[in-house]
Amino acid sequence: MLALRRLTPLLWLGPAIALIGVVVLWPVVVMVQSSFQQIGGEGFVAGYNGTTNYDNLFHEPDFVSVLLRTVIWVVAIVGVTMLISLGLAQLFHQRFPGRQVTRWALIIPWAASVMMTALIFKWALDPNVGVINVILHHIGVVKQLGSNQADWLGNPTSALIWMMAVAVFVSLPFTTYALLSGLQGIPGDVYEAASIDGATSWRSYLGVTLPLLRPAILVATLINVINVFNSFPIIWEMTRGGPGYETSTSTIYMIDLKQGDVGQAAAMSVFNFLLVIVIVLVYLSTTRWKEQVGR
Amino acid sequence: MITTTKPAPGLRAKARSAPRSRRPLRTWVIAIAAYVIAVIFLVPYLEMIVMAMRPNNELGLATILPEHWTFSNFTTLWSTGLGGSIGTSLEIAAGATVIVLLVSLPAAYCTARRRFRGRAAFLLLVLATQMFQPAAMLVGIQREFTDFGLPPTLSLIIVNAGFNLAFSVWILNAFFSSIPAELEEAAMVDGLGRVGALTRITLPLAAPGIVTALIFTFIAAWNEFLVALTLSLGQSPSQQPLTVAINNYIGEYSVDWGHLFAAGLVATVPVIILFAFIERRVVSGLTAGAVK
Repeated sequence: MLALRRLTPLLWLGPAIALIGVVVLWPVVVMVQSSFQQIGGEGFVAGYNGTTNYDNLFHEPDFVSVLLRTVIWVVAIVGVTMLISLGLAQLFHQRFPGRQVTRWALIIPWAASVMMTALIFKWALDPNVGVINVILHHIGVVKQLGSNQADWLGNPTSALIWMMAVAVFVSLPFTTYALLSGLQGIPGDVYEAASIDGATSWRSYLGVTLPLLRPAILVATLINVINVFNSFPIIWEMTRGGPGYETSTSTIYMIDLKQGDVGQAAAMSVFNFLLVIVIVLVYLSTTRWKEQVGR
Repeated sequence: MITTTKPAPGLRAKARSAPRSRRPLRTWVIAIAAYVIAVIFLVPYLEMIVMAMRPNNELGLATILPEHWTFSNFTTLWSTGLGGSIGTSLEIAAGATVIVLLVSLPAAYCTARRRFRGRAAFLLLVLATQMFQPAAMLVGIQREFTDFGLPPTLSLIIVNAGFNLAFSVWILNAFFSSIPAELEEAAMVDGLGRVGALTRITLPLAAPGIVTALIFTFIAAWNEFLVALTLSLGQSPSQQPLTVAINNYIGEYSVDWGHLFAAGLVATVPVIILFAFIERRVVSGLTAGAVK
């Protein structure tokens, strides 16, 4: 009877565990298995081939540059997003007329599909008629429409910069909201104490606000790192990772490999997945999930 | 955790009343900065309206605004098979939402009310799945669900439910934890019974959390692109979800931007409105387990 009672939580949690098992855990098993198999683009399994997929992957001429680009992609986007969001959160934390309306505008890139946002910018950067180019032409930055200069997405460097800008744009709302909720958790009397001690507003920001925001900053950073690392629609819609693989991150590279060699794509996925696990472990060790769970 | 999203009003008032003397100018500078930023966030999406209402013969003009405005891209949208895609997306989003609620309500309630062995492990598992995104295990998902041989729509319902479960469990767990168990016990003493106490007391009190979980899951599944693209490959366009179908307006040599952005508006405007309802609570669900 006691043993039965101990099993009742399983009744409540069972469906959730089953769903996680089918959708999240089993695909990992299939993925690891696939990475040791020879599989064509059509999905036909020709048998196990040991570590051939991994050998091939590590010897791909683009492998190292794709990884480096992924690191730059993640660090630059998350870094810029955090900096801008700290400012935005401070601004939207103030009280002013119309604040709710402005906050609604802020959530739009968060609520809209990232794919749609990417397509808007892909069109706006069209070398001939894109609205960004038309405006840049009006103010004299772009000398001639339709020129190489106006073809931002055709040049790997400028394409990456524009795509990073779009990625920052869609990451700002969540990050700002996460920091805003952190700011709201700081009691007002902390600031009163600081101002009685004679701290200027900048000093009290560095000395009081930032340290108290640390948990919010940490969580927002790590969630952003995961999102940006796995980001797919922006690069896919705007450049498809090209020309060549010159604007591919490891996620895009894996998806491109999948068209021709599923086994090697699986090896790339396992590699990406291990990176994600490392990030998650860092996340769990730096945050206080245990306190939350034990509450 | 709920307290972080709803600060005590008393504290706020106190913090703000102090510098009232030099308020007007400073307030307006802040307000104007915020308005400018709001416009920056809005403009790209207004551009969708401009493009959707630009006549096809003006697509090649290098002008910021069209010379004529037209609704024809909206009226001819349905002949491009978009109705079917909207239906598919609705099925996927609604199906995923129903599954998430059915699965996460008992799990969240149980972990909020009872202490048992494996509880921490379960919550850790949920937290970990929140960190994994379909992109990281796409090959596995594709091979597994191809082997299952389910129709793509059903596969997408299950996948979307699985990847959005964590948010729902966390936010419902927080709401159930904030409702005193004594309230349920009192209701049971008053003769409501366990089921009555749950449906008449607990669930209504947790309603804001349930609505948040519901809308969040719906939007996430509605917007999902990568798995939809992978699993609905080779379907006829009208059976593909909206995010995938929109890409069919991109041809090899030319892009039907007018229809693309008209369809984009249909896909985007409803979810922005829905999102505005849960705006304040989403963060606590996404960062739960970490922010205190």
